[in-house]
Amino acid sequence: MNAITTLRAPVENPATREKVAIRDLSFFYGDNKALHDINLTAYERQVSALIGPSGCGKSTLLRVLNRIYALYPNQRAEGEVWLDGENVLDAGQDPNLLRAKVGMVFQKPTPFPMSIYENIAFGVRLYENLSRSEMDERVERALTRAALWDEVKDRVGASALGLSGGQQQRLCIARTIAVKPEVILLDEPTSALDPISTAKVEQLIDELKRDFTIIIVTHNMQQAARVADRTAFFYLGKLIEEGQTSQMFSNPKDKRTLDYITGRFG
Amino acid sequence: MSAIYARRLNKNRIWLGLSVGAAAFGLFWLVLILGTLIWNGLAGLSVDVFTQMTPPPGGSGGLLNAIVGSLVMTVLAVAIGTPIGVLAGTYMAEYGRYAKLTFIVRFINDILLSAPSIIVGLFVYEIVVVPMGHFSGLAGALALAVIVIPVVVRTTEDMLLLVPNTMREAAAALGAPRFFLISRVIYRAAKAGIITGILLAIARISGETAPLLFTALNNQFWNVNLNAPTPSLPVVIFQFALSPYEDWQRLAWTGALIITVAVLSLSILARAVTVKGVER
Repeated sequence: MNAITTLRAPVENPATREKVAIRDLSFFYGDNKALHDINLTAYERQVSALIGPSGCGKSTLLRVLNRIYALYPNQRAEGEVWLDGENVLDAGQDPNLLRAKVGMVFQKPTPFPMSIYENIAFGVRLYENLSRSEMDERVERALTRAALWDEVKDRVGASALGLSGGQQQRLCIARTIAVKPEVILLDEPTSALDPISTAKVEQLIDELKRDFTIIIVTHNMQQAARVADRTAFFYLGKLIEEGQTSQMFSNPKDKRTLDYITGRFG
Repeated sequence: MSAIYARRLNKNRIWLGLSVGAAAFGLFWLVLILGTLIWNGLAGLSVDVFTQMTPPPGGSGGLLNAIVGSLVMTVLAVAIGTPIGVLAGTYMAEYGRYAKLTFIVRFINDILLSAPSIIVGLFVYEIVVVPMGHFSGLAGALALAVIVIPVVVRTTEDMLLLVPNTMREAAAALGAPRFFLISRVIYRAAKAGIITGILLAIARISGETAPLLFTALNNQFWNVNLNAPTPSLPVVIFQFALSPYEDWQRLAWTGALIITVAVLSLSILARAVTVKGVER
């Protein structure tokens, strides 16, 4: 396997700004420390990939960024996560408002048990009061951006549970962008999809980064190489190495990174 | 064929025979009961049953007041018990899933679930009938509500726990506050199961006699005043079936048939709702 041949030249954008800045972040499941003093920055309108073997903490880190971990007891984060000059881990920050700004798409498609239309309108209604026609337009735009509109435009009133897995995942992406977040977190979004659906979602990620800052967790190194501007390699709860994707895959500094991307373990 | 294999085949035949026999044995009595009920119940079935009041011995009459009394008390009991049950179940599965209170409530609820219903009747007798000074349909409905609550609490909690956490995370990730997440997404996902629980609770109370004996008592006449003693099908069946009068006994059979058909229909409806919920 040669990850390097699949690499495309990342489009360099010199005018990037720090969007999410993770500083000295540690995370605990009960007494078990899962992340150790992470320092990492995601830049505006770029795709940042988090890679590493199972259990390395990459998904855990993603779940800190929108504080979704706070749904469960005994999970605790220490450190700082700065989003536009505000520390999202501050006790005073409202997690719901944060999550409206930092959207998330999960590993398994999670359509709600309602129509395709309502799946998208649900999130929009939480924070906006739109007229029927405005909502129609918002739903259509979100589905179009998620490359799903042509497939479902005749049945937006039908249950979302009748869609295929790949369509459901694009619906979840549409649902997330419909609420106009600034950052989108993708947690292994294609691991449950077939290659064709995967290609569609990857193409989508490429288009979405024009408007959103994207952080993607993937265990597929070619995927990181294909979609990400920057890549960070995690191992055993520590950030081993981070940098431009091209540099990470062609000339890693750490031996563990090299071993992982060349398939020696993981 | 080896000896071991032959022995296993024989063992298999024996076990198959035993289990089929046990199933047939159980089914035989079930069919016998249902057959006797239909045979005797149909004999007394007429329009009068649904239009006339319960008669004195030897007189002609029907079960109208008992049917209406049962319906009114059941509806009231479900109206009282369902919101309490669903809300308590929601607390246990959603807000307080890891709270100590939930473990305590679940333990007590399980005791209540298996408590003999006559104890529920005596309890309501003590706290409602005695202070009021008389039997009433309201007391009967309250006693039935006490039976509805644990059934609904249990099924609601179980059905909500079946909704995967990924669904909660997905709704929360859009910025949905807890109440919104539960009422708009989780309830919808668990709807079929919760409705099934309510239907099963109705089926359970529509045959209850013991809690009504000490609370609603009975009434020979037309009555929709919940402050007065109220007749119900199970209590009328209890009274009429034990009487020496043949016409009363016939009405008891018919009443039993009506309850059985009603409960059976509810069970089938509950099954249909569940299946639909799964297929969706």
